[in-house]
Amino acid sequence: MPGYARKESLIRIALAGTAGVSLLFLALIFLFLLVEGLPMLAPRSIAGFLCGMSWYPTAEPPEFGIFPMLVGSLAVTAVAASIAVPLGVMTAAWLTEIAPSGVRRICKPMIELLAALPSVVVGFFGMVVFAPFLQNVFDADTGLNLLNAGVMLAFMSVPTICTVAEDALFAVPVSLREASLALGATRWETTIKVVIPAAFTGIGTGCMLGMSRSIGETMVVLMVAGGAGIIPASLFDPVRPMPAAIAAEMAEAPFRGEHYHALFAIGLVLFVFTLAFNIIAQRIAEANRQAPD
Amino acid sequence: MTATTQARRIRERILFSLLRLAALTNIAALLCVCGFLVWKGLPALSWEFLTQSPRKAMTEGGIWPCIAGTVLLAVGSLGLSFPLGVASAVYLHEYAGRSRFARYIRLGVNNLAGVPSIVFGLFGMSFFVITCGFGISLLSGILTLGVLTLPVIIGTAEEALRQVPATYREASLALGATQSQTIARVVLPAALPGMLTGAILGLARASGETAVIMFTAAVFYSKNSGGSLLSPVMALPNHIYVLATSGTEIAKTMPLQYGTALVLLCLVVGMNGIAIVVRDRMQKART
Amino acid sequence: MKLTSLFAKKRFSLLGLALVCFAASTALATEEVIISGSTTVLPVMQKAGEAFMAANPGITLSISGGGSGSGIKALNDGLCQIAMSSRDIKKSELELGAKNGVTAVRTAIAVDALIPVVHPENPVKNLSAAQLKDIYAGRITNWKEVGGHDGKIVVVSRDTSSGTYETWEEIIMKKEKVTPAALLQASNGAVVQTVSANKRAIGYIGFGYLTDSLKKLDVGGIEATPQTALAKQWPIARELYVFTNGKPEGAVKKVLEYLLDPQKGQKSVREVGYIPLDK
Repeated sequence: MPGYARKESLIRIALAGTAGVSLLFLALIFLFLLVEGLPMLAPRSIAGFLCGMSWYPTAEPPEFGIFPMLVGSLAVTAVAASIAVPLGVMTAAWLTEIAPSGVRRICKPMIELLAALPSVVVGFFGMVVFAPFLQNVFDADTGLNLLNAGVMLAFMSVPTICTVAEDALFAVPVSLREASLALGATRWETTIKVVIPAAFTGIGTGCMLGMSRSIGETMVVLMVAGGAGIIPASLFDPVRPMPAAIAAEMAEAPFRGEHYHALFAIGLVLFVFTLAFNIIAQRIAEANRQAPD
Repeated sequence: MTATTQARRIRERILFSLLRLAALTNIAALLCVCGFLVWKGLPALSWEFLTQSPRKAMTEGGIWPCIAGTVLLAVGSLGLSFPLGVASAVYLHEYAGRSRFARYIRLGVNNLAGVPSIVFGLFGMSFFVITCGFGISLLSGILTLGVLTLPVIIGTAEEALRQVPATYREASLALGATQSQTIARVVLPAALPGMLTGAILGLARASGETAVIMFTAAVFYSKNSGGSLLSPVMALPNHIYVLATSGTEIAKTMPLQYGTALVLLCLVVGMNGIAIVVRDRMQKART
Repeated sequence: MKLTSLFAKKRFSLLGLALVCFAASTALATEEVIISGSTTVLPVMQKAGEAFMAANPGITLSISGGGSGSGIKALNDGLCQIAMSSRDIKKSELELGAKNGVTAVRTAIAVDALIPVVHPENPVKNLSAAQLKDIYAGRITNWKEVGGHDGKIVVVSRDTSSGTYETWEEIIMKKEKVTPAALLQASNGAVVQTVSANKRAIGYIGFGYLTDSLKKLDVGGIEATPQTALAKQWPIARELYVFTNGKPEGAVKKVLEYLLDPQKGQKSVREVGYIPLDK
């Protein structure tokens, strides 16, 4: 028997080691961003980097201010969220509360398929179809703008929001619904006043995850956001979100020069942002898990 | 009384149709993108387009090296992330329970899933390409994509393990099997279909990824694409991006762009579709 | 072989082993030359490369864009054998190369003219260099001011780190900064896409990227043609380069000879739309 026991504990340790690989890689990613990004931040003030208004990495002397990009990233995320959150939550409510099960079985996979569209394909669509549409219909100066990027990102984050919100709505006990209906409330009133508030934390998790996806998405903003490093004054202004700047400039940046380190520093900022979104989402989810019991 | 009830009914009907409209908007968006690419891309598709190399500065010929490159990248990365992911999931679900170490690992996996692909690209470039010295190569791409798909595999594998009834394990243990025997002979076979669903989703994710391979694996043109682990490859997502934004003859390559986008779309959506159908079957079989 | 000696100089001894294996494996099958760099030079290399490989079946070329900086970076790291560049190498890049034992050697392969372009429906035909500068600095913002229809000028520029941008900055902007409101595009092709789809846009591209979907502008009354560019009348012209590690040898030398041959590579240069070297 001790032989078995030793073998068992060896297997256990090996599996634990394997499971640690994910943690190891997360740490490595953070480490490498730090190692490559800090040489840029060390001689300068971090505030100057985050709040600087102009980004001229190749000028003499170079200027590295990412404030317009930061605002650009937040702006596309906000536009995407203001479209995707209502759309995602309403779709989830429709799927759980109203749709007949047959229709549901067909519609749900289709919404999940929306998440499967490769980002480069969505960006391509935004570039060749939606941008000319915005120029022709809204007489926008350029179709490559905040709105275009926001709409494309919205459709990429709807499935995330919808799936998580749907799980949350589904988890609301039937007894709650029955109690509300028995008191004379209509199905609509039950949905809006009972079911959605009961699932609120789960919906919140979904929204945070969806936004985390939009802020980090690269190809779409690279192809359709326009790429102007300004603070947008309207929906039709072009912006240059952080991932687009990294993707566009990395190839041209002299290796281990200031510009290269600055781009890694942007990557670090982006990493911290998405990490924050994810941690908030997990906190909400944990609070939710503990609440019903 | 009846009047207000009537009004409430009408309001309910209106608001419910609003919800239906929201759901239909999403489906319309999906059909719009797919329909448009099928409409524009289908004329470009031919046997030759799928099986030949590009010619005449990308204005003629096909995209075979890109298809092959994408498949190599996706399958290679899965070969790495599937065993690692399944082992991690087995540890998390069967051994660790709610221990502190397991909680940290879960936290790590969840956050790894949220890391933007461009950050994976930066990491892959800095770690695999430069520090490890693999260069812009198939190997660098496979390793980076492997890390990227790891959370997808762990998540679905753990879900699959959760679906295996506890009675299976208890029965096996009661018959005198050790825990590892139980897992290898009873739990894993029962969870396998669910894990395969995850594997297909991981494949799809890796095939559609662009920002990562731009920095680690893909080149615009290589005759030797996929010839060795340390050569650079051509890949579909990168090809679309380059065709749409570089090249001197953008108008001439337009049909190729649509065709390439359609092929990638079919590949990725097809794989996801299979995964969804498999999952649906399993759910029905269980209930 | 050449490749092996190149890789033996790598700093990371741990992985040098893997690289030697790689070098050996490629040397056994076919010789592989990795070419990387400027998206401006890319079309020439692509075209000439296909013909070159047809003529030399023993040599395989892998060609990728990415930009001048990335090409030189790859050359310094021993990740490519030929770097394409639309600008001269910088002192800092030479120093970095020297640290890795790489000496970049420059060879000019073609002349490129940068051309300001607008949408074909734009009535403006000619701009002075000063007007171009004012537009790109953000001082002229309406087409009315330069003789066009009323409408905001949508300024399209290249990323600040591209070789094309640097040439533009030097010759037109005279080191003044391009307005932050400019739409920065990552490649020549992206500029073509943007300008050809927008009636209010102005951009600048390499000669080879000119298509029917764009209208080229005269600068100071001079029309951009291969003749005016070669005669140095066209104000915005530059040479395109490739860089190699040391004097080219073996397969790399064959590629360069092919590129410079008036009947072969230089013909591709003309076909793609750039201006062949005056020989």
